[in-house]
Amino acid sequence: MGGVSPAKGRTGGNLAPLRLHVPEPKYRPGDRVDYSGLVIPPAGAQPRPDETCPAGDTYPLCTDLVRVLGDDDLAAGPWDPRLDAGALRRMLRVMALTRAFDDRMYRAQRQGKTSFYMKSTGEEAVAVGAAFALADDDMVFPSYRQQGLLIARGYPLVEMVNQIYSNRADRLKGRQLPVMYSARDYGFFTISGNLTTQYPQAVGWAMASAIKGDTRIAAAFIGEGSTAEGDFHSGLTFAAVYNAPVVLNVVNNQWAISSFSGIAGAERTTFAARAIGYGIAGLRIDGNDPLAVFAAMRWAADRARANMGPTLIEHFTYRAEGHSTSDDPAAYRSAHEREEWPLGDPIMRLKRHLVAIGEWSEEQHATMDREVAGEVRAASKEAEKSGVLGHGMHHPFKTMFEDVFEELPWHLREQAEQAIHERQTRFPKWKE
Amino acid sequence: MTIEEDPVSLADAPTRRLNMIEAINDALDIMLERDPNMVIIGEDVGYFGGVFRATAGLQKRHGRTRVFDTPISECGIIGVAVGMAAYGLRPVPEIQFADYIYPGLDQLVSEAARLRYRSAGEFTAPITVRSPFGGGIFGGQTHSQSPEALFTHVAGLKTVIPATPHDAKGLLIAAIEDNDPVIFFEPKRIYNGPFDGYYDQPARSWPSHPGSVVPEGYYAIPLGKARVVREGSALTVLAYGTMIHVAEAVLAGKGVDAEIIDLRTLVPIDIDTVEKSVEKTGRCLVIHEATRTSGFGAELAALVQERCFYHLEAPIERVTGFDTPYPHSLEWAYFPGPIRIGEAVDRLLGA
Repeated sequence: MGGVSPAKGRTGGNLAPLRLHVPEPKYRPGDRVDYSGLVIPPAGAQPRPDETCPAGDTYPLCTDLVRVLGDDDLAAGPWDPRLDAGALRRMLRVMALTRAFDDRMYRAQRQGKTSFYMKSTGEEAVAVGAAFALADDDMVFPSYRQQGLLIARGYPLVEMVNQIYSNRADRLKGRQLPVMYSARDYGFFTISGNLTTQYPQAVGWAMASAIKGDTRIAAAFIGEGSTAEGDFHSGLTFAAVYNAPVVLNVVNNQWAISSFSGIAGAERTTFAARAIGYGIAGLRIDGNDPLAVFAAMRWAADRARANMGPTLIEHFTYRAEGHSTSDDPAAYRSAHEREEWPLGDPIMRLKRHLVAIGEWSEEQHATMDREVAGEVRAASKEAEKSGVLGHGMHHPFKTMFEDVFEELPWHLREQAEQAIHERQTRFPKWKE
Repeated sequence: MTIEEDPVSLADAPTRRLNMIEAINDALDIMLERDPNMVIIGEDVGYFGGVFRATAGLQKRHGRTRVFDTPISECGIIGVAVGMAAYGLRPVPEIQFADYIYPGLDQLVSEAARLRYRSAGEFTAPITVRSPFGGGIFGGQTHSQSPEALFTHVAGLKTVIPATPHDAKGLLIAAIEDNDPVIFFEPKRIYNGPFDGYYDQPARSWPSHPGSVVPEGYYAIPLGKARVVREGSALTVLAYGTMIHVAEAVLAGKGVDAEIIDLRTLVPIDIDTVEKSVEKTGRCLVIHEATRTSGFGAELAALVQERCFYHLEAPIERVTGFDTPYPHSLEWAYFPGPIRIGEAVDRLLGA
């Protein structure tokens, strides 16, 4: 053993022994949950400052919760974006499509068609509401749980399935873990997997847009657990210093794999309150309310486009399912959390709102659910024609060595020859 | 000393005698002028012009949104450079000392280096990270390191190190024009003069050295091409940066007819030039200032052994810094100087 012996510290006297605090969530598997202590202010009660306000005017909202859809299923207050029923129905449909897609791809993973999948169940309002509020050519820098952005922007589902199956039609040539999409033409930055790296990147993209006198802005998304990364603070510092036209989103879904939000600092203050220290605008919003998400994103996007700089938005939501197909949340949290989450389910809330204002019915909803399931099924079948993971219908072997550099250097050429030689040794009849 | 003329093709261009800082400044100035998408960011690079003055005058000439100071955050500097590159700019971030690059490592290793691959070419990172490296200036352990091997280990990064003002300008221009991320390490011990390793002798300045003859205007030296500094038959020296000048002095002092190869680019390395030379001389000395274990010299020795084994007449010799942090007061004890190199040469020739 090296180092200072722990027993040799100063003892006795009048000093109380120091204690280390290790945060622990309120509920573990089997526990009954009680959310009565969670402060959920009434919908419509939060003031909406002008988009061009001083950042400080938003600070009360960093510890509040911007809500539009109330318990009566009606939209209320100054944040109501007053979208027409057609827009609301489109938003509902994209959220339902996203959930149907997640459900089918989850099953596909269980059936062995791919290695891995990540659902966004319960968080559809964040990505879909954001996509509706942004311009289509604004660049988004997502994490792995904003598939709703791509779906809302009309990216072909079959391309997503091709990527998930890493098949020979996969535009990313089977190189990326499933769901780590890249779609430049849809303003969707290549997803990393190393957490929060996209924060300073989004800020840099936004700075470049400002350097060039462009009008496009950037938006980045991370989870609450990722706010602990240095990149988060680098990103916020640069965004603040250069007044970058960027919307920095923190999707607080309460859980970072098995670590509750307290492990990222939530016992002390909100994640939106991080904005205060940087002197930029901040909003904390009901992330299960698509109207609140839309309103906040539009507010922040308009602010950025008006050269008023960045906004940090905390989307308060709940990760209804496991982190990924490799995770079992029953091992660390109470199943009752999801059932009793006081902000409900985003799809159900928008559905009930449309019904409440006489613009939707159970029959229409059931029809829509059938239709989106059909769309997903058709895309999935179409993708399977190009193969599923591990069935040999992958991209040509030599593509493994391409795109490391723009041009193939000698050492990669030699290594590619070796790889092909190994293939031919293993499968003598193999030809590319 | 021979200055290679071929990619330059500026035989008639007027020349100036510049030190390495002036040559780098000239390259940056020319590229800012040629490419409206190029930007320079980094700590103190703006109004002040950098702690080594490499960006002096550039903000004034090219504007505050093209050459500007950043917060002290290497993670942020590289991270925003990746985002700028994704937008379509061509960022040239400066990391004030190579010793400070580590907070930016994830953005280099996991992001810049992989962007092209993971997006199948949708996004690229044409970024050149400039950073002074190496010791011999009493910089202590935090202003002296040579971390080049870390970057050569990363798929998707190129690593370039110049040894003369002429090369610094041409290689930097090529690095900036390259569409892949390039780590451009500048040997700061030779910013102001070619250091030959005899630290107790008076310092030399660049104008007396043929490598300080720098053509005016634009020229690029292709990456991946080594320079034969001196042709010879007794042994092959593989080195780069400051150690080129040390090797030249030591071998001249010993009267050994060595072939000295300045690699200039570590990845992709110019293996043809290396093989041709070792096949001719049959003896190989690898030199770098960086620490020894898993240093780039290990890669060089392995390559030569794999590809030239039957031409070798002696075991490959490897001269490096020691596996310690760079000590402040004992930096010359660390530095792979004339004694360490000279004894290795004796072993090679005696074998």
